[in-house]
Amino acid sequence: MQKYSLYSLVRNSFTRHRNWSPAWINHDLKKSYDVIIIGGGGHGLATAYYLAKGYGVTNIAVLERGWLGGGNVARNTVTIRSNYLRQESIPFFIKSVEMYEGLSNELNFNLMHSRRSMIDIIQTYPKLREITRKMYTMDIFGSTYKPISVSEIRRRIPTLTGGGKDSRLPIIAGMVHPEGAVNRHDAVAWGYARAASSLGVEIHQNTKVNSLLKNDDGTIRGVSTVKGEIWADRVAVAVSGHTTQLTDTVGLRLPLRSFNLSAFVSEPVKPMIDVVVNCPDLGVYLSQTAKGELVIGGAPDPGQSFRRGTNQLVFERTVGAMLELFPSFKKLKLLRQWGGTVDIAPDASPIISETEIPGLYITAGWWGGYKAIPAGGLTFANLIATNTPHQLTKSFTLDRFKTLDYILEPGTTTRV
Amino acid sequence: MLIIDCPFCGPRDEREFEYCGPYRKSRSDNMDDLSASDFIEYLIVPENPEGVGREFWWHKRGCGEWLLVVRDTKTHQILSTAEADAE
Repeated sequence: MQKYSLYSLVRNSFTRHRNWSPAWINHDLKKSYDVIIIGGGGHGLATAYYLAKGYGVTNIAVLERGWLGGGNVARNTVTIRSNYLRQESIPFFIKSVEMYEGLSNELNFNLMHSRRSMIDIIQTYPKLREITRKMYTMDIFGSTYKPISVSEIRRRIPTLTGGGKDSRLPIIAGMVHPEGAVNRHDAVAWGYARAASSLGVEIHQNTKVNSLLKNDDGTIRGVSTVKGEIWADRVAVAVSGHTTQLTDTVGLRLPLRSFNLSAFVSEPVKPMIDVVVNCPDLGVYLSQTAKGELVIGGAPDPGQSFRRGTNQLVFERTVGAMLELFPSFKKLKLLRQWGGTVDIAPDASPIISETEIPGLYITAGWWGGYKAIPAGGLTFANLIATNTPHQLTKSFTLDRFKTLDYILEPGTTTRV
Repeated sequence: MLIIDCPFCGPRDEREFEYCGPYRKSRSDNMDDLSASDFIEYLIVPENPEGVGREFWWHKRGCGEWLLVVRDTKTHQILSTAEADAE
């Protein structure tokens, strides 16, 4: 791997930047691998990287249906945080946030990581009770959630002029989560791909997996792709919203439903919001990117969906909610919008688990999986390499559903 | 936005409806015949089709009836709407 540094930048400028080596290498598809990872998104690439780096497994194929950085790793709002409610979730997300903070150095790739605090705006008393409970639980595990006054909220977010005493839902309280951060989604995908490729991992783009294959004895045999069959003793599914489409092909039924979650981006404007603002009562959250655009996220579409579009009703509700709090944003034009397919378990917590088919592993149910990419990859790699769950994700296996032992997690943007 | 053709009220806008999950048949009356794992699967493993699927919608701000809607999850096209009967 060619190291990126000031020195390499200067040296390559003498040759007019024509001699940079490719960030990752394309290979021909082999007949068999030690591990096949389906899905070249954030979780798939991170899993491949940690398998190669930490467990010495390098004969890995990552199979991506489209192109790197084109799936859900690009279809999110890049919000990184660890303000969750459950004691099973919080340590996992703390680990992930910590890993993100050192990731630019580790991957030698500038992720443009920007720790900038997240401020939750509270407008109802039930929500206030919920986040107070969250504060105490987070405190046990070392994640920070501090109450701030309404005047302090308005000082830190000057554009927040709505939600006054006469409004429908006046702002009654706020919470600051200083660990909240944003970074650059493409860089996360490319950084992991480059680092994994340099360790010998093969990344195959435009290689859609049509189905999984089972041996006669019930163990996993491999996958059937558009480029033919490939075999491996261990197959890992990291495909976000399409998990059940693959597991159905070997008769494995999972408690997952797929939804469309959309986001909207405004035209770029001068810096005006330097925190991530989350308004759980109205169902909208936003942050300003380094380019100056506002990235606005809201609730999922009603009804299961694989459409990756935006729903007019969700759009109106999200933007309407934002304008209640930020009336001056009425003048902003929206430039882009996107939807991504995410799947969700009945308890809204993730699944990182082996399955009833020996050799088949899944990572799924990520509702807000972007923040979980480093720790998700690390723990999934641990599971694939050692066949035992990582300490941080031992609660997130499929076993919990056998006894309906739910980890109900209201720390996501959804109502389940 | 979806336009759902309510069999009782005619075509109405999605705002009047509440999505109530994918179709599943009513719970078996003979619970003794059902193993615990089968019952849990019945409870939590839903239909998740990429394509045409059946789902319940409640005409919450209209007639109040529950509807069985056949809808394509890739295009969002609604293929049929009927009264959800207790089968």
